[in-house]
Amino acid sequence: MKTLKDVKSGDNVIVEKISCTGSLKRRIMDMGITKGTNIYVRKLAPLGDPIELTVRGYELSLRKSDAENIIVK
Amino acid sequence: MNIKIALAGNPNCGKTTLYNAITGSTEYVGNRPGVTVEEKEAKLKWNKEVIIMDLPGIYSLSPYTSEEVISREYIIEKTPDVILNVVDGSNIERNLYLTTQLIETGIPVVIGLNMMDIVNKSGDVIDISKLEKTLDCPVIPISALKGTGLKEVCEKAVKMAESKKTSNIKIFSNKIENYISQTKELIKDIDFTISKKWFAVKIFENDEEIIKTLNLNNNKKSILDNIISSAEKDFDDDTESIITNERYTFIEKTVASAVKKGSKEKLSFSDKIDKIVTNRIAALPIFAVVMFIVYYISVTSIGSDLTDWANDGVFGDGWHLPFTTEKYNESVENFENAQLKIDTFKSAALENGIDTEAFEEQMEAEEPDISVINEFIEKTKYIKAEPIDNNAFTTAVKEKDFPKINIFVAAAEANEIPADVFKEEIESENPNQEIINSFIADTKDIVSEEVDNFAFVEALEIEEPNPEEFGIWVPGIPVLAESALDSINASEWVKSLVLDGIIGGVGAVLGFVPQILILFFLLAILEDCGYMARIAFILDRIFRKFGLSGKSFIPVIVGTGCGVPGIMASRTIENNNDRRLTIMTTTFIPCGAKLPIIALIAGALFKNAGWVAPSAYFLGIFAIIFSGIVLKRLQAFKGDPAPFVMELPAYHFPAVKGLFIHMWDKGKAFIKKAGTIIFLACAVIWFLQSFNLNLEMVENAEDSMLASLGKIIAPLFKPLGFGNWEASVATVTGLVAKENVVGTFGVLYGVEDVAENGVEYWAMLREAFTPVTAYAFLAFNLLCAPCFAAIGAIRREMASFKWTVFAIIYQTLLAYVAALLINLWGTAIWLNGSFAAPIILTIIIIGFILFIFINSSKKTVPITA
Repeated sequence: MKTLKDVKSGDNVIVEKISCTGSLKRRIMDMGITKGTNIYVRKLAPLGDPIELTVRGYELSLRKSDAENIIVK
Repeated sequence: MNIKIALAGNPNCGKTTLYNAITGSTEYVGNRPGVTVEEKEAKLKWNKEVIIMDLPGIYSLSPYTSEEVISREYIIEKTPDVILNVVDGSNIERNLYLTTQLIETGIPVVIGLNMMDIVNKSGDVIDISKLEKTLDCPVIPISALKGTGLKEVCEKAVKMAESKKTSNIKIFSNKIENYISQTKELIKDIDFTISKKWFAVKIFENDEEIIKTLNLNNNKKSILDNIISSAEKDFDDDTESIITNERYTFIEKTVASAVKKGSKEKLSFSDKIDKIVTNRIAALPIFAVVMFIVYYISVTSIGSDLTDWANDGVFGDGWHLPFTTEKYNESVENFENAQLKIDTFKSAALENGIDTEAFEEQMEAEEPDISVINEFIEKTKYIKAEPIDNNAFTTAVKEKDFPKINIFVAAAEANEIPADVFKEEIESENPNQEIINSFIADTKDIVSEEVDNFAFVEALEIEEPNPEEFGIWVPGIPVLAESALDSINASEWVKSLVLDGIIGGVGAVLGFVPQILILFFLLAILEDCGYMARIAFILDRIFRKFGLSGKSFIPVIVGTGCGVPGIMASRTIENNNDRRLTIMTTTFIPCGAKLPIIALIAGALFKNAGWVAPSAYFLGIFAIIFSGIVLKRLQAFKGDPAPFVMELPAYHFPAVKGLFIHMWDKGKAFIKKAGTIIFLACAVIWFLQSFNLNLEMVENAEDSMLASLGKIIAPLFKPLGFGNWEASVATVTGLVAKENVVGTFGVLYGVEDVAENGVEYWAMLREAFTPVTAYAFLAFNLLCAPCFAAIGAIRREMASFKWTVFAIIYQTLLAYVAALLINLWGTAIWLNGSFAAPIILTIIIIGFILFIFINSSKKTVPITA
């Protein structure tokens, strides 16, 4: 099971499932990360965390601890 | 009839720019603070019957952030006639997500499609008519920045409000629509202000807040649960996610049909900037430079000049127009220097047996006789006032060589070393040797200037500057108020109340307004151009360790200048807990007004040792980190978990008009506060300081109620080592403005005209404090409740009385414990005190912290996948 946390920068992945619940899940989904969404991992912050993604044509940043809840393939 | 248009849209979609463009900033009809945001209402520029309501920028109408809750409450309670939905065309997929929710409310929606220039540049083409058809509502391309299409979109909105035409699109699949119809059945008897379907979707999503307000009976509740669970089985997901998925599926289809993606995959302008700004190596140095520039402009250079002008000019004696006060002050200084030279030379002449009386007479005469002056110059041709250094001065003091003493004392005074106390002593019959020695010690680097006949003649030629030659002299508010009060024969106490109490106190606070305005202008630039989000991105990792957010750095940096704008800068932090924590800790860092206290203690007790000032900053930083780590563990700061899911908006040039509006909005809020809370607080302190318990006005603060109060609370400070009432009173007056601490000691020790570092009464301070208790006093005053202006800012930013009180109590408690530890350990180590007390106290504190940690880890429920 691969999560978004493990994806190298520069890679494209597709969301399979969001494993957390509650407000965190809702917030992640509201921002456009839903099942089947294509995510491009742009880069890591200078200190290694958070990560920057391109989702649905815009830039979004997520902490690695939150990205761990997004299962991708 | 009035038409209400609600302005809704994602953050960073240009909504505020649109709002400013279609309303005109001067026409506020309301501005009431919400939890984290203010709802703003204004009349439409072209049609005064139309009211525009600016909702906070939101991504969704879900119940998780306060902005979202405010927005949906507004829509449900106020039912606007039409919603003007600003959609960022360059980020259309995510923006339309909110649109699908807005359409569901059953309120007519008009879409203003913004940022079309960026869309065109990227090569994308949006088919407007197709978009209108799929969404079943008018779509009008606009540019909020350039002002195109604005009138059109507003007119369309008014038309839609009149026709009440709502969108009838089908967003969800048949299966889901079926579930929603079933849900709708449950609430068919309830009257709603907006569409039933919106509520049906919400309760289908298991939105607890909405379910609570509907008061469903148990039967209906169990039916609802059944619907939800069968849908969840059907889709193998929770209903909230099903709905979100379906919305995005609908949007994907819409976008696929209406938007043609350009083929160009070139790096955009924004990407290029981002490559540099968040570069692995360059990001932190760039950030440091940006912060330095903000700090330099708003706190050090322009900001401090403006604050000086506001404090010493507008709320002081007055200022010159054009701004030439500095030049005038230079000339005055020049003149005073020349006078010093003349006096020095005269003393030397006297010592050499030359009579100066005739010369002095002529100097003071209206029309001096030049020949007498020339004669004196001729007579003193070979006279030279030799330089006197501290050694020579010490000898002179022993020999009571008054001409020499006078020359040296004048030189010391010119170097801003106060000498009144010394002069009194040296002339008395039995001089207090301690004061004499302390003056000698204070003047160890002073050397009086050598003045020969040539320098003397030069000095004679320097004339006293006339303020009127430097432009128009504008008297300060206190001067004007005093003459106004004099002209109506106001009584002494009224004059004192107005001048010392109100203008003095409120003025000290309002003096910060120019600085605050500059700061907010700069922060608005950072925010608008998109850099603020990157700051959080870059620094999040560090600050998360202390339980703070990446954006907490800005308030702290700004707080080194003044805590008030520092606290206000915390607004950019979205998360409630992070923001509260930042507000509570910002004033731990020594602000500009606390520097005189540091200078006082460092000078009086530590011989100006270099470590004192830096240690004050470290103490502040330590208090911030400590509070972050410990407070985050408290239940009150837990609340909902704070996901760091943040959009990084594209960089763009900010709208100048918006920057000014932004700046003025925040400045105005601060001024209002100064007019209320601070006004009252100053009046109360003045009253306590000016009257005694018999309500008679007192000459000297020593006899006032405040002094009596100081004597009552002094025992509280006994454990901290400074239980004298003077220190207690100084601490209390520090609440008006921290620099008052220095002045108050002066008043209480009976010294007039105190320098900024209180050098006049250092000797007395040395009797009242030991170095240990002085440092404890310093620590307490740096960390305890900030001045009224900052408390006002805390109250405003917390938007809660409870939280304000909590913040102040916490700060004061922390200060107390810190000062207590310093006093006990310091006494034990350096003054041979007992070690038992500090060790026991430290164990208690560590135990308490451990208790908080253990307690909190018990309550943390691990997130299970």
